[in-house]
Amino acid sequence: MSARESWRYSAARLSNEVRRGAVTAMEAVESGWEGPAREWEARVHAVAHHDAAARAAGSRAAVKGPLAGVPVLVKDNLCTTDYPTTCASRILAGWRSPYDATVIERLRRAGAVVTGKGNMDEFAMGSSTEFSCYGPTRNPYDLTRVPGGSSGGPAAAVAYGLCPVALGSDTGGSVRQPAAFCGVFGLKPTYGRLSRYGLVAFGSSLDQVGIFARHAGDVALLFETLGGADPCDATTRRTAAPDVSGWDRGVAGLTFGWPANLWAEGVEREIIEGLEDAAARLERAGARRVTFDFMPGEFAVATYYLVATAEASSNLARFDGVRYGFRHDDSSDLRALYTRTRTGGFGPEVKRRILLGTYVLSAGYYDAYYLTAQRARTRIRREYDQAFEKCDFMLLPAAPTLPFRLGEKTEDPLAMYLSDIFTIGANLAGTPGLTVPVGMTPEGLPRAVQLLGREDGEPELLRAGRAIEVGGEPARLGRETEREFAWPSKR
Amino acid sequence: MAIHREELIRIAELARLEVPEEDRDAMCRQLSEVLEFAESLRRLDLEGCEPSVFAPADSPLRDDRPDARRLDAARATAGAPESEDGFFLVPPIVENLEP
Amino acid sequence: MALEAVIGLECHIQVATRTKMFCGCPAEFGAAPNSNVCPVCLGLPGALPVANRAAVDAALRLGLALGCEIREESVFARKNYFYPDMPKNYQITQYDRPMCEGGALPVALAAGSRGFPLIRIHVEEDTGKSFHPERHGDRRISRVDFNRAGVPLLELVTQPAFRDPAECAAFLTALRRLVRWLGISDGEMEKGHLRCDANVSLRPAGQSELGTKTEIKNLNSIRGVERGVTAEIARQNLARLSGERIEQATLLYDADHDRLAVMRSKEHAHDYRYFPEPDLPRLRVEAAWRDEARAALPELPWTRAARLEREYAVPAYDAQVLGERRELCDYFEDCARGADGKLASNWIMTEVLRMTNERGWSIDDWARRVPPDRLREFLARVSARDIPGPLAKQVFTWLADEEGGVAELLDRHRVRVQASRDDLLPLVREVLNQNPGPVAQYRGGKIATLGFLVGQVMKKSAGQAVPQVVQDLLKAELGGQRPPS
Ligand SMILES: [Mg+2]
Ligand SMILES: [Zn+2]
Repeated sequence: MSARESWRYSAARLSNEVRRGAVTAMEAVESGWEGPAREWEARVHAVAHHDAAARAAGSRAAVKGPLAGVPVLVKDNLCTTDYPTTCASRILAGWRSPYDATVIERLRRAGAVVTGKGNMDEFAMGSSTEFSCYGPTRNPYDLTRVPGGSSGGPAAAVAYGLCPVALGSDTGGSVRQPAAFCGVFGLKPTYGRLSRYGLVAFGSSLDQVGIFARHAGDVALLFETLGGADPCDATTRRTAAPDVSGWDRGVAGLTFGWPANLWAEGVEREIIEGLEDAAARLERAGARRVTFDFMPGEFAVATYYLVATAEASSNLARFDGVRYGFRHDDSSDLRALYTRTRTGGFGPEVKRRILLGTYVLSAGYYDAYYLTAQRARTRIRREYDQAFEKCDFMLLPAAPTLPFRLGEKTEDPLAMYLSDIFTIGANLAGTPGLTVPVGMTPEGLPRAVQLLGREDGEPELLRAGRAIEVGGEPARLGRETEREFAWPSKR
Repeated sequence: MAIHREELIRIAELARLEVPEEDRDAMCRQLSEVLEFAESLRRLDLEGCEPSVFAPADSPLRDDRPDARRLDAARATAGAPESEDGFFLVPPIVENLEP
Repeated sequence: MALEAVIGLECHIQVATRTKMFCGCPAEFGAAPNSNVCPVCLGLPGALPVANRAAVDAALRLGLALGCEIREESVFARKNYFYPDMPKNYQITQYDRPMCEGGALPVALAAGSRGFPLIRIHVEEDTGKSFHPERHGDRRISRVDFNRAGVPLLELVTQPAFRDPAECAAFLTALRRLVRWLGISDGEMEKGHLRCDANVSLRPAGQSELGTKTEIKNLNSIRGVERGVTAEIARQNLARLSGERIEQATLLYDADHDRLAVMRSKEHAHDYRYFPEPDLPRLRVEAAWRDEARAALPELPWTRAARLEREYAVPAYDAQVLGERRELCDYFEDCARGADGKLASNWIMTEVLRMTNERGWSIDDWARRVPPDRLREFLARVSARDIPGPLAKQVFTWLADEEGGVAELLDRHRVRVQASRDDLLPLVREVLNQNPGPVAQYRGGKIATLGFLVGQVMKKSAGQAVPQVVQDLLKAELGGQRPPS
């Protein structure tokens, strides 16, 4: 393959080629733009901001390091100095951060190039990337369907070939659910393992930066590069991040939980088929299935929408038209400045959640809602702890449905919230989760499953993800085997 | 529990948001729906469940040393809707005094 | 019906750390606007706080000094409200689980020392500064500077334990002394290092429940606290007399006009929506840290004042004045050890304080110029009546401005102290000859005349005689006895 085709490479292979000089960093970064993006970007709209000059500048410095020359699309809620950072919100229109997020700094230090900013639901509030001030992102496998959200842009870009890896954020499933809808890997790490410094906060106690990739090995590569304590983020752990270098070791001897009660109803047939397929692959690779009942996801969803909105209502108070971003023209007095700026600057879903969170924290309701939710959260954590006494990781859906159609849930917030029913628990528990693609449905839509692990269980998740990726064939394990990715075809 | 219009207006004021008259009913309905859904937590046995602690407890405090993140006034105000001579400008801040 | 005032204070102490509470920006003053700021203290999207150990340590030391209960795990909370000088539109503070609870501050009052009980002390961040509205083209604007935003504060809340404004003032004076003593803060109220709000209510004397209280903000000097509280007590008394009900309200004290202004009632219908700050772990002060801090506490001002009284036999008043500052105490003790304590305290309280004040020196500046051994030598000479009184003050100035011991200074300035009998006898005789009247009076039993005669001799000696020696000589000449040699 030529440099022009290098967009097809995994990040690991691409950086290898760049380091040995077979492909220049500039070629590596531009191949995604010249090839697949020409074909797809106008229709999918995965990218919120990009800038050829910034890419070129980034590429010049990117010849060394484990990610040398690897282009990375990063969600528009990660602060970057070379592109606007707007969270797909009018209230931050055109804002340029004077600082890089810690994960962005680490990407650059590893030789990666930020190839642009990914589209998203405004302030990461949504599950379909339809709530963006730049308009929706579409699913490259079916342009009438959503890519999932809120990190729909980065997920879709990795799927159509703009870049081999991308960064998103996952507060209630915002990496794992779009990864499933777009048929790519998506990791939400253990809370406190990736720095949140420079990630625009939504629900501080739930937010984690997440990783998109087409291959399990690339997830491991990025996790190794980005993970670890950050003196600027007091919620990162001081101990060393778990060692994921054994991601290709296979799953012999591991046990996986099979909480089948969770998909007894309300889960689409194709999703269940995906689960069966994944379970079969894991068993073929030597893992053992343990069946047990697990707490239904409704409790987690209920808890989440109280905790996350409460935190969001406070986190988003700083967007007021004083120090940065949008200010309403008619701001003659302070009250008007605040109210008009925020009313005009935030979209409908963001306002809905700020209102809900304000209510939940307000005098007289705090105990009934916020405090109860925080206690429920403790209960949910315990459920996870207990489950991981019975198995090394759990296998369950990433979402109850295949990608839904644009507009299908925008007017029904609760229905939208319930699409996160399988992902939210891990954010409440602070534990890691990995979405793993498992083939396509007959209509050509990606199928995926989710693996949930115990705290610092990333190594097991990646081993299992890799085993599923190679079809459960232990013989095919190993770093060098690259599965050809199921690229979307023209529609 | 249902959110009524007066309640909605009160929290909107707290949040410095305005919900236009024509959207208020829909907003009340949507918020109430989520809150009703949240009532399901009552079915959960929370005996012995303390409210969750968020951050991992092993994070140390910061040493009292300056770091390199400091911005100069030009960079600090670069993104501001209105600034002058290094100051952010806002509508007059009047102490709410009665004459 | 006699009414009594019940007053509680809420004090904010700015901690003198190098950097801010949650970021590494310098916590210093006087920089150009918005130049001591960073993503964290500007509240930029994505920025996160990390707590400053030195500020927590200051809270710990203050809490220990005041005998507070120190919580091993306290919790930072967000206090949510919109204000343009608050970058995040929430303040990181502590709420239901503050770091220190209980304790009391001993305060010396005219009627003796009394401990004023505290409710709590917690750590929080300061706001930025906004400036008075000004014209700007065709409209009015305010300017905002965030250099102060994020500077660490300790909030100390007292029980409603004060009955009159003087007690409040004495409390603040004692608090200011303590924070300086512990090196926590410079404590200068006019610079905003120490700020105070007061809660005031009235109730029938002897009743235990509290009346409706009002809160006075902006009390930015000790005098301001005294006057503001006085004014509010008067206002509430007057309102009661005219049969009005006291409304819960927030008042601003305007020191320039000695006037209280009532803030609109709508504005204090706050709903701060406190909740635990998710960006920060619980604040852990382990037993080891606490015990170490306790062991490292200096002797506290009230204990030390009592000891000075006892060990150096100085009056209570002197002990209080010396006890105002730790360096002053240290200096005093270094000078008074093995010397006349009262004499040392006299010179330090009057001359050292006067000269340091006039010249803008700190006590440490002074101690560098006049180390204790030099002052001790001087005190010994004064005590031995080697230096005449009027000359002593002059020598003291030389001591401060020049090098060398007392003898060297006298030499350098060509001062010959007339201390010997042979030097002085001619002068004494001259004075006796020239003043037959007073001499006769003295001999007739009016002993006080002696002072006049001493003065005359001193004058003739141009201040260089030692008064005690002159007195002895005069007595001897007048009484016909030989003075002791
Ligand atoms: Mg306070
Ligand atoms: Zn700062």
